[in-house]
Amino acid sequence: MGKRTIIPFGPQHPVLPEPVHLDLVIEDERVVEAIPSIGYIHRGLEKLVEKKEYTEMVYVIERICGICSFGHGWGYCAAVEGAMDIKVPERAEYLRTIWHELGRMHSHLLWLGLLADGFGFESLFMHCWRIRETVLDIFEETTGGRVIFSVCKVGGLRKDVDAKTLEKMSGLLNGIKKELQELTDVFLEDRSVKNRLCGVGVLSKEEAEELGAVGPMARASGVAQDMRMAGHGKYLELGFEPVVETDGDCYARCKVRLREVFQSIDLINKAIDEIPEGDIAVPVKGNVDGEFITRMEQPRGEAIYYAKGQGTKFLERMRVRTPTNANIPAMVKTLQGCDLADVPMLVLTIDPCISCTER
Amino acid sequence: MSYVTKSPWIIHYDGSSCNGCDIEVLACLTPMYDVERFGIINTGNPKHADVFLVTGSVNEQNKGVVQQIYEQMPEPKVVVAIGICACSGGVFRDCYNVMGGIDTVIPVDCYVPGCAARPEAIIDAVVKGLGVLAEKRAAMEAKEDKAELAAETEGKQDE
Amino acid sequence: MSDKKYMVQEFVAVESATLLEYMKDIKAEGYRLAQICAMKKEGDIELIYSFDKDHLMKNIRVIVPENQEIESISDIYWYAFIYENEMHDLFGVKFRHLALDYGGNFFKVSEPTPWNPKE
Repeated sequence: MGKRTIIPFGPQHPVLPEPVHLDLVIEDERVVEAIPSIGYIHRGLEKLVEKKEYTEMVYVIERICGICSFGHGWGYCAAVEGAMDIKVPERAEYLRTIWHELGRMHSHLLWLGLLADGFGFESLFMHCWRIRETVLDIFEETTGGRVIFSVCKVGGLRKDVDAKTLEKMSGLLNGIKKELQELTDVFLEDRSVKNRLCGVGVLSKEEAEELGAVGPMARASGVAQDMRMAGHGKYLELGFEPVVETDGDCYARCKVRLREVFQSIDLINKAIDEIPEGDIAVPVKGNVDGEFITRMEQPRGEAIYYAKGQGTKFLERMRVRTPTNANIPAMVKTLQGCDLADVPMLVLTIDPCISCTER
Repeated sequence: MSYVTKSPWIIHYDGSSCNGCDIEVLACLTPMYDVERFGIINTGNPKHADVFLVTGSVNEQNKGVVQQIYEQMPEPKVVVAIGICACSGGVFRDCYNVMGGIDTVIPVDCYVPGCAARPEAIIDAVVKGLGVLAEKRAAMEAKEDKAELAAETEGKQDE
Repeated sequence: MSDKKYMVQEFVAVESATLLEYMKDIKAEGYRLAQICAMKKEGDIELIYSFDKDHLMKNIRVIVPENQEIESISDIYWYAFIYENEMHDLFGVKFRHLALDYGGNFFKVSEPTPWNPKE
């Protein structure tokens, strides 16, 4: 048995864009235990509901995370709409679905780039981010913002998208599809990439269930769990089926996310074909009285929104449980017994979003 | 803008931002905006960095980390606060765990408002920061020259 | 309405004494723990445990006095430790028999939170 050493990992680490701290207990080159501690980006925005009106809170909630910003806004609006019994118009539901899927594309492309950077393939990182810029251009044209949009509001949306723009969007997406196909071959076939990903950090189906993993992490281990099946937006009408892989290693997680980008393109194209004309918002009167708990499938997995009001302008309690939070136990478990050199890979493949986790 | 003889290296730290500004900082480095054409490289090591990009506001917990990175950077150095959170706290100003802008703990040379700050604005700020960097270097050199001169004259007096 | 599964809101009130029994039953039924949420309310703490099975949600509400210790459910659902540590650090909720107790070092906040002003 080798000597035990503790290596601190983070908060400022080249592989992490965000600060998280891990104490890695290692024996020789092997990790025995990983102890996470968070709190560097805790802002305490759940407490802000007592100072901001429930309609204003949408802006704050969208800024929980700049990557899945639209999804957070939608999740919060869905919780409030549920508590107030508001029915959102069809067109708004379609547009929300489109934007949410665009958000997933940009998040997954970002992640694929970071993964490539993590295993030292810098040109692949650059290519992923180059393609991602097209998605951001679509966002900018339709919402006005590149990463934070503020188009979602309680009762519907702030902005409509005309038919011409939708058509253009469809053309751009098909371009992305072609370019991404080339990158997919590199991610899935390249020998050096496979060496870094295959068989690393295996999480079996039983373990994934036992550890409460969510999102692509769970789906890569064969758990067909996707909150888009719960009936939000127009997913069921668009014939959505979760993407599932069975190997449970880093390679499978990469594959799930790649396939989901293609799936998102198909879903958006289908939604553009089917989108009906009509209003994009309904007027909202009164205050939240009662409670509602709902879930959204963010790019990183299931996010839970709980809103409770007492008939005033301010909510009494707002709670967000984000996907990274649920994936920490699985990460801690997969880190046990891995090589120190694989730690960045493993931490990356859960796609940690620390500012979501800490709120 | 002044003439910079060396390619400036940047280091990025996320205070308590929402990632919006962070990914825009990273987007600056990628093919669309590509600051590497100016010789700007992102480094993970504060001892190699000239420009410190901070996103998000500070709190009691990360105050020390920000200060430490700043102190480890060699002189002359420039700090750029990116995004409204780094400037003043922004939308999170009222949160219990937010102290305020970056300038509450370290001196800031350039401010980039915006939520999230656009890559163009970030590049502009870094370029502006390079001007400040050149000024600081000139001031440092002048000071060194003065000290050398003083040492020389002192030496002469001793003879 | 059948495919709008998220519209189903099921909240069950459970006494803290019978909580563990209830959890065992729920686990045997195949539910997955989705989240635990704490709320302060006039000297009481309200905990909401959410479970998921086939995209349907079930919530359990437990109300206990503020300073009373609560039995940890991490023996039944191991990964509950993450939520329980978080609630301990942010809300000052005390848990007994935590499977993995970080002792207040998981969620590091240098200043006390408004929900837990004493520490």
